[in-house]
Amino acid sequence: MDFSALNPIALVASLVVAATPLLFAALGELVTEKSGVLNLGVEGMMIFGAICGFAISVESGSPWLGLVAAAIGGALISLIFGVLTQVLLSNQVATGLALTMFGLGLAALIGQPYAGIKPPSFPKLDLPVLSDLPVIGPLLFQYDYMVYVSLALTVGIWLFLTRSRAGLVLRAVGENHDAAHSLGYNVILIRLAAIAFGGACAGLGGAYLSLIRVPQWTEGMTAGAGWIALAIVVFASWKPWRVLLGAYLFGGVTILQLNLQALGISIQSQYLSMTPYLVTIIVLVIMSADRSRAALNAPASLGRVFHKTG
Amino acid sequence: MTLLTIEGLTKAYPGVLANDHVSFTIEPGEIHALLGENGAGKSTLVKMIYGLVRPDSGRMALHGHPFAPHKPGEARAAGVSMVFQHFSLFEALTVAENITLGMENAPPRAELSARIRDVSQEYGLPLDPDRLVGDLSVGERQRVEIVRCLLQNPRLLIMDEPTSVLTPQEVDTLFQTLRKLSAEGVAILYISHKLDEIRTLCQRATVLRGGKVVAECTPADETARSLAEMMIGGELAMPKARSFSPGEPILRVMELSLPSQTPFGTDLDRITFQVRAGEILGIGGVAGNGQDELMAALTGERAVAEEMIVLSGRHIGRTGPDRRRILGLLTAPEQRLGHAAAPAMSLTENAFLTGRSRQKLDSLGFVNRESTRSFARAIIERFDVRTPGAATPAQALSGGNLQKYVIGREVLQKPAALVVNQPTWGVDAAAAAAIRQSIRDLAAQGSAVVVISQDLDELMEISDTFAVLAGGALSVPQPAAGLSVEKIGLMMGGNLAEEADHAEA
Repeated sequence: MDFSALNPIALVASLVVAATPLLFAALGELVTEKSGVLNLGVEGMMIFGAICGFAISVESGSPWLGLVAAAIGGALISLIFGVLTQVLLSNQVATGLALTMFGLGLAALIGQPYAGIKPPSFPKLDLPVLSDLPVIGPLLFQYDYMVYVSLALTVGIWLFLTRSRAGLVLRAVGENHDAAHSLGYNVILIRLAAIAFGGACAGLGGAYLSLIRVPQWTEGMTAGAGWIALAIVVFASWKPWRVLLGAYLFGGVTILQLNLQALGISIQSQYLSMTPYLVTIIVLVIMSADRSRAALNAPASLGRVFHKTG
Repeated sequence: MTLLTIEGLTKAYPGVLANDHVSFTIEPGEIHALLGENGAGKSTLVKMIYGLVRPDSGRMALHGHPFAPHKPGEARAAGVSMVFQHFSLFEALTVAENITLGMENAPPRAELSARIRDVSQEYGLPLDPDRLVGDLSVGERQRVEIVRCLLQNPRLLIMDEPTSVLTPQEVDTLFQTLRKLSAEGVAILYISHKLDEIRTLCQRATVLRGGKVVAECTPADETARSLAEMMIGGELAMPKARSFSPGEPILRVMELSLPSQTPFGTDLDRITFQVRAGEILGIGGVAGNGQDELMAALTGERAVAEEMIVLSGRHIGRTGPDRRRILGLLTAPEQRLGHAAAPAMSLTENAFLTGRSRQKLDSLGFVNRESTRSFARAIIERFDVRTPGAATPAQALSGGNLQKYVIGREVLQKPAALVVNQPTWGVDAAAAAAIRQSIRDLAAQGSAVVVISQDLDELMEISDTFAVLAGGALSVPQPAAGLSVEKIGLMMGGNLAEEADHAEA
């Protein structure tokens, strides 16, 4: 085995890039779940965001416009789920799964003409001096802008949930929707907003894949990232900082798997492709071993239908 | 000047006229009782005053100005606050967070905490703003609700069944607070079905029946009986007295300990009692002191060590619910819909669910439809369940009728031992009396019965022996005759067996 082929700096840099789409999607889902809604359609929203972002940036030539389109696209498709579950009171699990299928199919349809095209390239951070520093430069100051946006979003969501009144109301709705309703809060509207935010974040995560990480459009390119994002939220016990940790951990597993394959270690590649999912299952088992503690952090109304009465 | 004038308020829901031209007035500083059975329209009426429900017609005026709140925020801004029966609290949030959620213009966190401390001290309702509500007792949770109201300087405070979950001592404290508020000019609209409380606390009463105002009176001039008869519009049936001659022990629970599985649940701590044939053991205590966990252990939903539960000399701690039924231990859990009965299934199907093995309602894995239907019909007939027929889904029945059905279903199976939790919760007086009578009749036929309830009056009425569950531990069961409310109150506050024994000596 030749480990010298592994460059630690390049490894960390590729880890960050692999983790960023997960981070976007998981942060969005965190906010959605904090409002008491379980949206299993993350995968569908991501891939839809990926193609929206890709198509618009190819057509317009502007990667930034593509990202905006991805966020809007993700929010719009998530609102289908929102209206179905919040207004028409359909089952959240079934509707979320349907959203995933719908998103995958719709994205494939829209993506037909875009296969094999290269999107406009995305600018990277280039600070004078700082970015040119050896080691520290590539580790901290040479990423694309969206990496920094995702980190800022983590801080922002943490501040929003723990410090702001609006965040408190959101948590209250997720904790006990009947009580929030009787205090006069509009449960349905708040949840729709949280769902749309979750969709926008998932869309950004998807567009990060198609515009920055890969960058190319292939059908089904999210390849289960949405499911990992869902697992990260539980793994993080609904805390933004742990979502960051989880996303980088899972990003790391992905990169490790790719690099081990590249090193030609004689494990069948299928086993390595399994690792992120195996880790997810193991973590979930460990997390839920102590039932009462796991339940303490979960929003108490998660996945429950809110039936507005009197 | 009159504080609140209500004129001709009417609200109809599909199939029911919840409020029919309701009119009355509330004066400043008055403690005004709103009386009525379940379904009389009390909740709808106060929800309209609090802006949660919009009336179809009619007017309200506050301080002489038209008052038509579109949402609770508007009502609060106008000086109307409400303490809910099922608290509008968030367990995973702190006291201060819970309070700020119910305020229109909440001050910053530090200032709010200081004000919570001030107000709670001033009104004798001590509270720590930084504690999680999930860790508080029921009485403390109610304080959170009250302090939340008081911080907004209300002119009218609506209280919906505030004492149904409190110990007698906590009730006294609450009444002192309410009297102090009343003296300061705050009017209180007090909803309760505890008639003795209303007689001691309230200056005026409005009685609702079938959505209409049927009487106004001064509670102090009435008896509890005459008030009850105004509410139900007829004679109150009193249960028959029963002589108690216990036989052999049937159900014994020995040193039952069980950790809770929910975040804010209570661990059971070495619970020990026995129930003899013909005996009714009443287990009192404020909700959340281990009732759910005890019930789960007795039904067999959670397995415990084999020797912790003994039925007629047989260890059944690890035995599952169905096998326990065959052995003669039947149970009726608290929650009618979803626990005691499957909501969307018909009464016949629900009869099959617990009656299958004892009533032999199946053969070779097939449901015997005819015998199941006749079992369901027998329950409906014997327990006067008002329903179009046995094919009606359980969720279509009113609370009282469904409760009669789920209790009747177990009683008719002639259990050796029956455990019921909250048998008359949210049930009107007539149905409650019928349910209690059926439990007493069952004991008279030689069954051992355990009744877990938060309603002390109910327990005093039907129990032969009485014990209190507090903090997951059970007091030593004592003969119910001769126990005073004060003594029970002390036991409920957590001063368990030792205290009661001292008092005895």
